[in-house]
Amino acid sequence: MTSNTEQTTNSTNGHPLLDVKGLKKYFPIKKGFFKKTVGHVRAVDDVNFFIREGETLGLVGESGCGKTTTSRCILRAVDPTGGRVLYRAKSGATVDIAQLPASEMRRLRPEMQMIFQDPFASLNPRMNLFDIVSEPMFVNGIKSRSERADRVAELLQLVGLRPEYMQRFPHAFSGGQRQRIVIARALALKPRLVVADEPVSALDVSVQAQVLNLLLDLQEQLKLTYLFVAHDLSVVKHISTRVAVMYVGKIAEIAPTDALFNTPKHPYTAALMAAVPVADPRVRSKMIPLQGDVPSPANPPSGCYFHPRCPFAEAVCKQETPQLQEIEPNHFVACHRAKELELDGISAN
Amino acid sequence: MNNQQPLLSVRNLKTYFSLDEGQVKAVDGVSFDVNPGQVVGIVGESGCGKSVTIKSILRIIQKPGKIVDGQILFRHNGDSMLDLTQLNAQSEQMRQIRGAEIALIPQEPMAAFSPVHTIGNQIEEAILLHQPVSKQQARKIAIERLREVGVPSPERRIDSYSWELSGGLRQRAMIAMALSCNPKLLIADEPTTAIDVTTQAQVLNLLRDLQAQHDAAIIFITHDLGVIAQIADFVVVMYLGRVMETGPVDDIFHNPQHPYTKALLKSIPTVTSESGSRLPTIEGAIPHPFNRPAGCPFYPRCIEMMPGTCNTSTPSLQPVTDTQSASCFLYHKQTDDE
Repeated sequence: MTSNTEQTTNSTNGHPLLDVKGLKKYFPIKKGFFKKTVGHVRAVDDVNFFIREGETLGLVGESGCGKTTTSRCILRAVDPTGGRVLYRAKSGATVDIAQLPASEMRRLRPEMQMIFQDPFASLNPRMNLFDIVSEPMFVNGIKSRSERADRVAELLQLVGLRPEYMQRFPHAFSGGQRQRIVIARALALKPRLVVADEPVSALDVSVQAQVLNLLLDLQEQLKLTYLFVAHDLSVVKHISTRVAVMYVGKIAEIAPTDALFNTPKHPYTAALMAAVPVADPRVRSKMIPLQGDVPSPANPPSGCYFHPRCPFAEAVCKQETPQLQEIEPNHFVACHRAKELELDGISAN
Repeated sequence: MNNQQPLLSVRNLKTYFSLDEGQVKAVDGVSFDVNPGQVVGIVGESGCGKSVTIKSILRIIQKPGKIVDGQILFRHNGDSMLDLTQLNAQSEQMRQIRGAEIALIPQEPMAAFSPVHTIGNQIEEAILLHQPVSKQQARKIAIERLREVGVPSPERRIDSYSWELSGGLRQRAMIAMALSCNPKLLIADEPTTAIDVTTQAQVLNLLRDLQAQHDAAIIFITHDLGVIAQIADFVVVMYLGRVMETGPVDDIFHNPQHPYTKALLKSIPTVTSESGSRLPTIEGAIPHPFNRPAGCPFYPRCIEMMPGTCNTSTPSLQPVTDTQSASCFLYHKQTDDE
């Protein structure tokens, strides 16, 4: 099953910073005394998308759909099984991250950084803020302590923390402040691409807004490009330029944020939106839940992976896997019936 | 609804934890009523005391936590009001109420079910403890309950272990267990936070239907305002162990009174809000429990703080409209200080 979906990226303004083509990551399932491989979990299965410079691509999906594995493949935190991850480096050359040897990858790493989900787990409790935020600089050759201290002070100010906090340890900070520290560390090497994996889901609701606003401000100031992974549709809608919806290791739909939320073309996207509880008691009862459960990526159904739960499934959906196709400018959908279906978006509520 | 006798009445409940570092006032003077058949939503951020409140009601607070003041009046057997704080937590009477008349749906069904017993075994255990039935009858009731909550082929599923079920099915089995003895009050502690949105919608719809069928009252705890808007009749907003505002769900969302409720509603990203815009935020962070501010717990983050009033004395919960109550000096001068 090869993808012949060439996303025509030149036709639109802004060249892609990152172009992911046919990305695959299979994890072997081993059983028995000899650890024989009896099957594969297809965590990421033929994923295609691109991210333009300076934009935010939101990646949404339910747990186990492969969104975290996708983001890890892009940073080469795990080695992809197949596919290409084309990245336009600062030097102007386009390199394939999926194939790059470790030594060259190391040189590229300062350009791409990660913000983790849980700020209580991602900060070493025995290092103070100076050590935490300056470690990436030390590793990458800035050995002068005063130079690093200046930069740490600058970074702390940038994320809304006081430079005097430099000697303190993470336990002295609240969840929101810790996430600011994590962001400061990610920005230490002036990255171009920042992968944020559920950066606000571990935070209190009253603090989430602060961190989201900070991410938006930093993007404007530093011209950052974000890949924003989350399961919360309202957070993704708030921060993203375009949104990709994943289901069982595949992309179901990619579109500009407003187009996706107003006129979803994939039944799964529409179902996901219908399931979001609206924070208004006057619009009750519109929650139409999907029946059934998410299939296991080790043993996915035939054809379109969504067909057992899809209210619009036809015979063709059980046999053929739909390819991602552009049905409107910049609106890509993997559904056999995308063109004929009229689905309700959020504004219809 | 208002003339009705409440099923549960929590009055000025205070639950403190005495630690070496000092006293944590996890719940500090909480009052609310639950009427029969009503869904009361308790909403608040982490550390606001919502879980400790319901643990106090069930009398399952672990040491060093202790109920130091207040009453929890529960209408036992349909007539007299019984003060649960006066009972011994391990007494026969409390054990009869817990599980039979007041049931709990815990947050993490994976952690709540034992992995070494089948779910049928665990549901039957609850039934046998509280109802005078034989083992065969108990199994029949358990199958019936599982069918009621929408578990497919319950005759087969009853013999499966919790780890063989998906997250949604596991939560359904948990609900079946909570309903097994026809409780009058169901306490749901963040029952949907550990599951995905599509499954969450299934579980919320199920709870709504069951509530209508059984006419049980529900206390629904969550930090998700969307969920509260969809399921609750009456809302209690908590912050740092105190009730900030109470009122019918429509008034809370469309006519909030307390500055905290107003700020919270504004700061939350919703699917209907404009994308890419800056959200209004609540400045600062939730204070550490050892560092509780004097006076109103919200004053350091409040934009309508009145110096000399809010930072010196604590406002009490008083009616501010026909239906809503708020603890805020913007509306009244009643304090809650000893």
